[in-house]
Amino acid sequence: MQTNVIINGTQRRLELDPRTTLLDALRHHLGLSGSKKGCDHGQCGACTVMVNGRRINACLTLACMHDGDEVTTIEGIGQPGNLSALQEAFVSEDGFQCGYCTPGQICSATAMLEEIRNEWPSHVTDDLVGGAELTNEEISERMSGNLCRCSAYPNIVEAIRKAAGKGA
Amino acid sequence: MTEQFKMDAPATERRLDDMAQGLVGAPLDRPEGALKVTGTATYANEWQIEGMVHGVMVRAPGNSGRVVLSNREAVAKMPGVLSVIQDDRLLRNPAQGTANKAPVQGAQHATYLGQLIAIVVAESFEQARHAAQALKVTLENGEMVPVDPATAAVEPQEDQTLDQGNLDGAMSEAKHSVDVVYTTPSHSSSPMEPHASIASWEGEDLTLRASYQMLKYNRNELADSLRIHPDRVRIISPYVGGGFGSKLGLAPEAVAAAIAAKELGRPVSVALHRQQVYEATMRRSETRQRLRLAADSDGRLSGFGHDARVSNLPGETFAEPVLQASHFLYAGANRKMSLELARLHRLCAGSVRAPGEAVGVTVVENAMDELAHEVGIDPVELRLRNIPEKDPESVKDYSSRRFREALQSGAEIFGWAKRPGVKERRDGEWLIGYGMASAARINALMESQARVTLLPDGTARVETDMTDIGTGTYAILGQIAGDMLGLPRDKVDVILGDTNLPPAAGSGGSWGASSSGTSVYIACEAIRRQLADRLDVNEHDLMLKDARATYANQTKALTDVLQGDEIAKLGHVLPGETSDAVRQATFGAYFAEVAVHAASGETRVRRMHGSFAAGRILNAKTARSQCLGGMTFGIGMALTEELTFDPRDGHVVNHNLAEYHIPVNADVPQLTVELLEERDDWASPLQAKGIGELGICGAAAAITNAIYNATGVRVRNYPATLDKVIVGL
Repeated sequence: MQTNVIINGTQRRLELDPRTTLLDALRHHLGLSGSKKGCDHGQCGACTVMVNGRRINACLTLACMHDGDEVTTIEGIGQPGNLSALQEAFVSEDGFQCGYCTPGQICSATAMLEEIRNEWPSHVTDDLVGGAELTNEEISERMSGNLCRCSAYPNIVEAIRKAAGKGA
Repeated sequence: MTEQFKMDAPATERRLDDMAQGLVGAPLDRPEGALKVTGTATYANEWQIEGMVHGVMVRAPGNSGRVVLSNREAVAKMPGVLSVIQDDRLLRNPAQGTANKAPVQGAQHATYLGQLIAIVVAESFEQARHAAQALKVTLENGEMVPVDPATAAVEPQEDQTLDQGNLDGAMSEAKHSVDVVYTTPSHSSSPMEPHASIASWEGEDLTLRASYQMLKYNRNELADSLRIHPDRVRIISPYVGGGFGSKLGLAPEAVAAAIAAKELGRPVSVALHRQQVYEATMRRSETRQRLRLAADSDGRLSGFGHDARVSNLPGETFAEPVLQASHFLYAGANRKMSLELARLHRLCAGSVRAPGEAVGVTVVENAMDELAHEVGIDPVELRLRNIPEKDPESVKDYSSRRFREALQSGAEIFGWAKRPGVKERRDGEWLIGYGMASAARINALMESQARVTLLPDGTARVETDMTDIGTGTYAILGQIAGDMLGLPRDKVDVILGDTNLPPAAGSGGSWGASSSGTSVYIACEAIRRQLADRLDVNEHDLMLKDARATYANQTKALTDVLQGDEIAKLGHVLPGETSDAVRQATFGAYFAEVAVHAASGETRVRRMHGSFAAGRILNAKTARSQCLGGMTFGIGMALTEELTFDPRDGHVVNHNLAEYHIPVNADVPQLTVELLEERDDWASPLQAKGIGELGICGAAAAITNAIYNATGVRVRNYPATLDKVIVGL
């Protein structure tokens, strides 16, 4: 089945088994293994990518459903030697240990900061209108779809605060 | 050139204190960080190999009986399917850590529900998955088998039995005593990366790209499983997406991939799916623990009793070593301990982060909290009064032990003095409580080898089959070599995770850093001696810094000393007499503040602090992260983590990350960690001990003790879910 997807700014034509998830398309067919498979059921967030600017679990969607969509993966956010502010902060704050959930955390955080800029409320936001301060509580709440068994959570929160302060 | 070193005497010289480069201990970033944050570190299931096909494993639907694949031919004809394999060499369950040989094998009979009994291989992952789901598995002539540890037959573990003095007498004469039973459920390591292997053969030589913690053992386990010579096996594992014990021993997917790849003559990738990780790798055994504490009017212990029941599959020798730290943590002249192992048909029980202490110390610390309330003294003071002068059983000295300082400093940092009385503090709808617990974990040094090469350009290379499972091995080995050879950190290249490199201790038991680090240190010392010989100076008079050698009022670039040569040394460390001469362990203390909802019984951890002493800290940043991880495991153990087994057939009911509740970001406050300055000369020439597991060894008790302080409710069956708290409110 043919699908045209813009991945990290490049038009890609995919000819895939319709059962192929967006995650497996990235990992098995496009050589983009930065997006991780932790559960394949939308429970861990390791596969988080951005589709048309919004974060989703790439394991919960089929590649063929994304004809014409723009997909941003961790490989499109920054590369060694050209890290985004969030990626740099994850390194300096030790926002990871084994590193397996990390690309998903960073994709998720990148989109999450945009959600805050757009004044989207969360479960812990006091008022549904008027936006939210970037408190530890807001960051933790909004990042709780991304599991980390090494439990770098306190450092992930610090990394996001640090990067946000630099306008990430 | 091999430099062998056996740890037979305390290493009092403490050379790392004096190295001019000043890397060891510094909170340096992980050198592989840029790869990890950009998704360019290659994990097991991410190698792209020409001609690779995909295998999906199939499970047994019951816990007993002969396996019958009733539609095998039909499945073999499904689109893309290359083979349906049921082979007697498939593993019944993973190997235990450091097993070094094959575990129980066989795919003809089911022993537990979820056992992986076949593999379906197809051209694509989608085809393999579909065919594996279509394969009909039935079990013939099954029997009723025990699945409940409360009623299964038990085997006393005689070597764990202790009877010193007269505990019964001490209990009956004690002014204050506690006699309580606690239970802890099974836990899952749940690393974020599921177990995965890619096998490829070149003739009779097998390469396995996989995710394992202890490669030199895994290589022998794989060779033994396949009945081939270990020289034919290479395992590559440069990045491991978490292990926590579940990747210590070879797991079923590795052997399945190797068998399939051999049969098909093509590389085969097999990744367990998340449910299979829960059902067919390892669990921590559930425990039932009875604690008996006898004390005088001041809370000084006269008796200490600890009896535990754990479980495992038939044929497995591993019995969760619950009593491990009970032998040395607290005083008490009259001591009695025992461990029994129930035989049942649930998935294999093995090592999950800090086997033994994670659950054993936790329950000891709950019982100590109960005793503190009986006696009516500060729980910290009760611990301080019961720190034994010498090991209470062997009467050996402790190596280094800043236990008292951890308790006192942790209490100060946390603000323990402001703790409320039981059910005394309230914040709106929330009941507020403080709790504390001690931390303790045994320490060990293991055989390990590493090759260090000082290259003509004044850079160095460290090579060993040691793994970095998030623990910081890439960072610390580079720091040790950089300090010893006088090189900036970025001039040292650390290459890990390949059995073609010198065999290391592996990542487990908290021994990885000190053991592999010592092998690097030994190799570097030998290189220093050779440099000194070239300069005709005593090695101890040689100062190396920023790739320059300074000696006898002269300074010279290392490149000039080397003059185009390279110096390569193999460091080989062996444990020696210091292992048994003294009691070696790490210590610490946790403090937690919880809020328990007055109406729902829900517990939230508001603050948590840990003070830890583990010898020399090799990298303050990665060591702290290890402690954060351990404490967070403790939060999960206290409040949410529990593998639930179906009482009818023993299968894991909550076999996924949505239903086995590991802590999420919102469950974890901004934890604080203090690493106490310490040097342990008995542990290693680095004076370092293990820190990867100390953070979990008692952590959960600080939280459940805080729940008691907030509510007056003692939850003695973990986890302290809201249903158990609310009944007492």
